[in-house]
Amino acid sequence: MIETLEGGLILAGALFMFLAALGVLRMPDLLTRMHATTKAATLGTALIMLAVALHFAEVAVVARAFGVILFIMMTAPVAAHVIGRAGYIVGARLWAGTVKDELKPHFDPLTRDLKSGAPAEEHERRPPDEPDAS
Amino acid sequence: MSPVILVSLAVMVLALCLAFVRLFRGPTLPDRVVALELFSSILVGIIGVIAIATDVPSLLDVAIVMALMAFMAAIGFARFLERGGPRDD
Repeated sequence: MIETLEGGLILAGALFMFLAALGVLRMPDLLTRMHATTKAATLGTALIMLAVALHFAEVAVVARAFGVILFIMMTAPVAAHVIGRAGYIVGARLWAGTVKDELKPHFDPLTRDLKSGAPAEEHERRPPDEPDAS
Repeated sequence: MSPVILVSLAVMVLALCLAFVRLFRGPTLPDRVVALELFSSILVGIIGVIAIATDVPSLLDVAIVMALMAFMAAIGFARFLERGGPRDD
């Protein structure tokens, strides 16, 4: 019983990882690639770590396996956010069928200035006559 | 080794190959960083499966270190890109 469950978890995890790799190969631009890899690879790793916890069934190993799951579930969104932001700032081209780019009116690609939604504060924070040396 | 483990290892190695194709021809540097992240996730999975196959629970420590290093590398690459990496458009 435990072994069949374990085998199923391993196979499902491997399949999700394969789907993530397929997505990173086939998707058209950076953000959709990240959309494919982050979630599917996280789920695949979590399933395989569950299988490890089932297989050994000791306290130390189970704690470590759940530690891996927790760590990956906490760090994968952060890493994806940071890479996506860096990709947008560097100027990675979006897919031609992109419907909405909400960051575009707030971002100046030449100075790499990212403005927030509040326009009133922005002039106070900048020194009045600084030469535009950047 | 049971056939389940062999099949899953084969599938994951195939996934590594697909991710390597993206790493090789990814048009921009962020694409390659995404491919590296995927590499590390698949490697954590492979290490987990090998820990099951060989009954060595200490291999989980290797998986933890792998995940940690991948996260640090992603953050480092992103900082580097935002602070004036090459701009391509």
